[in-house]
Amino acid sequence: MNAVTEPNARDLFAALPAIDVEAQRRLHERLVAAAEAEGVLDIAYRTIDTPVGVLLLAATQQGLVRVAFDSEQHDKVLESLAAKVSPRILRAPARLDQAAREIEEYFAGTRQMFDVAMDLRLATGFRLGVLAHLSEIAYGHTESYAEVATATGRPKAVRAVGSACANNPLPVVVPCHRVVRSDGSFGGYVGGADAKRALLTLEAAAA
Amino acid sequence: MKKPFEQIVVDHGPTVLRVCRAVLGPVDAEDAWSETFLAALKAYPELDPEANVEAWLVTIGHRKAIDVKRAEARRAVPVEKVHLDEMPESSATRDQHDGWDGDLWDAMKRLPPKQRQTVAYHHLAGFPHKEVAEIVGGTESAARRAAADGIATLRRTYLSTSADNPETSR
Repeated sequence: MNAVTEPNARDLFAALPAIDVEAQRRLHERLVAAAEAEGVLDIAYRTIDTPVGVLLLAATQQGLVRVAFDSEQHDKVLESLAAKVSPRILRAPARLDQAAREIEEYFAGTRQMFDVAMDLRLATGFRLGVLAHLSEIAYGHTESYAEVATATGRPKAVRAVGSACANNPLPVVVPCHRVVRSDGSFGGYVGGADAKRALLTLEAAAA
Repeated sequence: MKKPFEQIVVDHGPTVLRVCRAVLGPVDAEDAWSETFLAALKAYPELDPEANVEAWLVTIGHRKAIDVKRAEARRAVPVEKVHLDEMPESSATRDQHDGWDGDLWDAMKRLPPKQRQTVAYHHLAGFPHKEVAEIVGGTESAARRAAADGIATLRRTYLSTSADNPETSR
């Protein structure tokens, strides 16, 4: 191959579009359908727009496994899921239809409890116990970190409760935003202080 | 660290589709692409994190393309009654597939398979002849020769009719 032939060789495939958007969309859809049919789509994900920003939703075949705020950087969250759960991950909105609908209803003030199936494999041990308790805090109510620690049987583990909340894999759906400081101030939140205030304000208004 | 497979589809899907179209033509390309990425998704967790993903995908695609052709050959035997002008490569069928230049495929399909593959893998996907040889089998120099022969034929059958010399027209 010499220099004279190379321009021709490159020109050869000029008729083939470098990126055929319509074909890629069609093929992606077909891949998702085939992967679902054969049970090899380990994680499906999509994003939704909400009053607290764009949320990433990811689900295994067992259920919703991750909800992530924009501030957590969705690319990094997906990479972490690839490492911790499986790299067989595709953007596949259909599996998240129910979760997305319930979250939209929640932000519209018409839903107080989530029915969507959850996969809590990203939380273990004490943290898993904390998350189980969080789901028992009623809509529109709050508990202090100390109260949650007591309720989960380790009254001195206040900081561990804080860290369980900070690492909640399913914020919004598992209501770690309902845990506040003993003095009534909001405390930290994985989605930022503004998001926590927005969620608690929403619940106070709709409750 | 392994990327989510979605990123593999976004990063390499378009190149693999171009290769499938160049090697198989518009009708079979999408079937081959789909089978390639489904097989890749299944095998992805076991892939060496250091592997060249695009070469891996084209290697899978190469095997899938052989499967597609074999299945086609098996299907073709009992349907001898079908008229030739009803075969899938009629222009009517081709036009439904995004309308990319049919002249290219008309020229490509006249090449022996190995020339078509080596031309696509080297000149379209950009793999060195050594890697092309690993995909299609045989030696590096055989792969180099097949690609050169293919290009020489295409220069007569396709490039001479499709456009002026790009260097002089610019």
